[in-house]
Amino acid sequence: MRISTASPPNDDKRWRIVNATMRRHGYQAHALIETLHTIQETFGYLDESAMRYAAASLHLPLSRVYGVATFYNHFMLKPKGVHSCVVCVGTACYIKNSNHIVKQVERALDVVTGETTADGKISLSVAHCVGMCWLAPVLLLDDEAATDLTPENTVDKVEEWVAYVNETT
Amino acid sequence: MSTRRPEHRLPEDELELVSQQEQEAKQQYRHHVYVCVGAACLSAGSADVQARLEAEVAGRSIAGGCAVHGGGCRGLCVAGPTVTIEPDNVLYGQIKPDDVADILDNLGGQPVERLHRPTDKPFFMRQQRIVLELAGKVNSERIEDYLANGGYTSLIKALHEMTPAQVINEISRSGLRGRGGAGFPTGLKWRTVAKAEGDVKYVVCNGDEGDPGAFMDRSVMDDYPFRLLEGITIAAYAVGAQQGFIYIRAEYPLSVKRVQNAIRQARKMNLIGDQVVGTSFNFDLKVRVGAGAFVCGEETALLASIEGQRGQPRPRPPYPATSGLWGHPTLINNVETFANVPAIIRNGAAWFAGIGTEQSKGTKVFALTGKIAHSGLIEVPMGITLREIIYDIGGGIPNGKRFKAAQTGGPSGGCIPESHLDISVDYEALAEIGSIMGSGGMIIMDEDTCMVDVAKYFMKFCMEESCGKCIPCRVGTAQIYHLLEKITQGAATMADLELLEELCDVVKHTSLCGLGQAAPNPVVSTLRFFRDEYIAHIVDGHCPTGICPLQTPQNAIEES
Ligand SMILES: Cc1cc2nc3c(=O)[nH]c(=O)nc-3n(C[C@H](O)[C@H](O)[C@H](O)COP(=O)(O)O)c2cc1C
Ligand code: FES
Repeated sequence: MRISTASPPNDDKRWRIVNATMRRHGYQAHALIETLHTIQETFGYLDESAMRYAAASLHLPLSRVYGVATFYNHFMLKPKGVHSCVVCVGTACYIKNSNHIVKQVERALDVVTGETTADGKISLSVAHCVGMCWLAPVLLLDDEAATDLTPENTVDKVEEWVAYVNETT
Repeated sequence: MSTRRPEHRLPEDELELVSQQEQEAKQQYRHHVYVCVGAACLSAGSADVQARLEAEVAGRSIAGGCAVHGGGCRGLCVAGPTVTIEPDNVLYGQIKPDDVADILDNLGGQPVERLHRPTDKPFFMRQQRIVLELAGKVNSERIEDYLANGGYTSLIKALHEMTPAQVINEISRSGLRGRGGAGFPTGLKWRTVAKAEGDVKYVVCNGDEGDPGAFMDRSVMDDYPFRLLEGITIAAYAVGAQQGFIYIRAEYPLSVKRVQNAIRQARKMNLIGDQVVGTSFNFDLKVRVGAGAFVCGEETALLASIEGQRGQPRPRPPYPATSGLWGHPTLINNVETFANVPAIIRNGAAWFAGIGTEQSKGTKVFALTGKIAHSGLIEVPMGITLREIIYDIGGGIPNGKRFKAAQTGGPSGGCIPESHLDISVDYEALAEIGSIMGSGGMIIMDEDTCMVDVAKYFMKFCMEESCGKCIPCRVGTAQIYHLLEKITQGAATMADLELLEELCDVVKHTSLCGLGQAAPNPVVSTLRFFRDEYIAHIVDGHCPTGICPLQTPQNAIEES
């Protein structure tokens, strides 16, 4: 069992959760992905100080941590919005024109895929099959599927949801 | 054979006791209501239905008693949320919380007409369930229910009555082949790992399910993870592994939760851990969560990912069977492959080998989607025809449209046109016409689907998911994609088509791993059967389906 002498970037108590993951894996190099998962679950994204801390604790060069963090789509280096808008571009959705849906949603939110709206509230992303192919094309607004979607009614549906989001938060 | 631990009551008797107690507890209730809590039904609101059922059942007296459980998927996802009443085997679909009262009023009597989904329809009758035999009929979160339904008898049989070599023989004789896509003989792989030198060995379950239109493995992991655990544990015993990993893609948080829960419960029952059911066999199992990279479904990339590295493949040999995780012999199989194992051990190799075709044994689970009436999760015997799947089980093409092609194998696969509708669905027949069995995505396309556009879609996926390690894949997929884009924009020439075919050939033969080697398949396959559509785009400047935004002079005028 290896130990770590690195200290967390700040005195936020949540680092204990991250430490627990690393300790469980004996601060071994192979704990890196699990550690990054824990950091992202805890803080929402991976910032530079978090990556530096993971590198020091797991005795890895920072380049290795950064390499892994940027290789995998799941890891975010920037904070996400509290709300999520996900367009499915899996095969079943694609053949039901989900690429047009993507464009309409980008228009409605005024943001490109992979980014967060200017007010920091809503993040737009795409997914490859969310497992609801019979509803295709699928648009998930905070994990809830919009029904009977067409490229024509997409903008309305998204705007309606945005209004609801703005009202409730 | 394993030596037993001296003890008063044998561990398998304890398990038998748990199973009996569970059965007795269940017999106290005349009715059992299973609400599907698979991801699809959950997203359609099944949690609210379950809550209402529980509240209503608690609040009224039902003759004979009624118990409510969270169960798994019956496959008719298009009708979610679904509810199954046992032992009467009544299936209800599209249930809202307000339907609950009606359902309870009619328990034991005539099913509620407006909600009833009769199971004597071809959708169910033409299927054959081995992998999914208990899905929807056992509680997804309680190992006791799995035990009461005969779960873990295969593991106990393997540990107590069979040597590892006998287990491997049984799997070999069954003819089981890998369900992850390539169809490698499972028994042969197990034997290689068993024979490999070294005291430390690993078993890895590939739950990465990367095909962008498929969700079969998720259903096994969500619905009855215990079945998967049992299969993996039997494999570990057979090959002599002490440690296992289940690699689950990050997009499946519910699977992660259910599998972790299953591991905890199995450990408590001594079905994994030290001295499994009182034998000298020790085995532990851990979950590793992926992080969103298609290439991590490839076995060597997956192993790199478990080791905490970037998920990049490496050349084989050495194969993981001789040098896998941290250099030790490693058995890696797909979720569905493992889920077949308990049934084979229980019913025998001959039984399994009696299902399917000469070279493809057993069943295959497919996620049947696209332009099809009954979209959902199906399990069919190998050798069934594509026509039966589409028209009998799938209910045909909706909106009076005409069938054009079925796509199998996702970004590594190909399409099957109308002229081959009577093809036998097995590894060899599919490969012969340039498609593959794949992991189980089956997307039905109708006359409105542009095949060039579909090829472009898959190439974009491969281009984005290429890990970048080898040049043919990194650069080649991008070049192929741009050529396809040129075609769909109406800017290509016949020379481009020639170049496209040449490039496909190069990428296929020179890429490092299966991602690049198979990436040209969707292009090659559509060129084989739908060449006229390519020609129409190039020569006539016209997309026959109207999907592609061709930049022809005509369009330019209209736009301006
Ligand atoms: C690019 C690529 C992606 C793959 N994705 C998966 C996958 O998602 N699931 C899977 O089980 N196998 C996948 N495979 C196949 C695995 O490499 C491996 O052959 C398989 O897990 C072996 O299990 P089996 O013999 O039980 O099929 C993929 C292969 C390649 C080349
Ligand atoms: S392809 Fe969109 S849900 Fe499956």
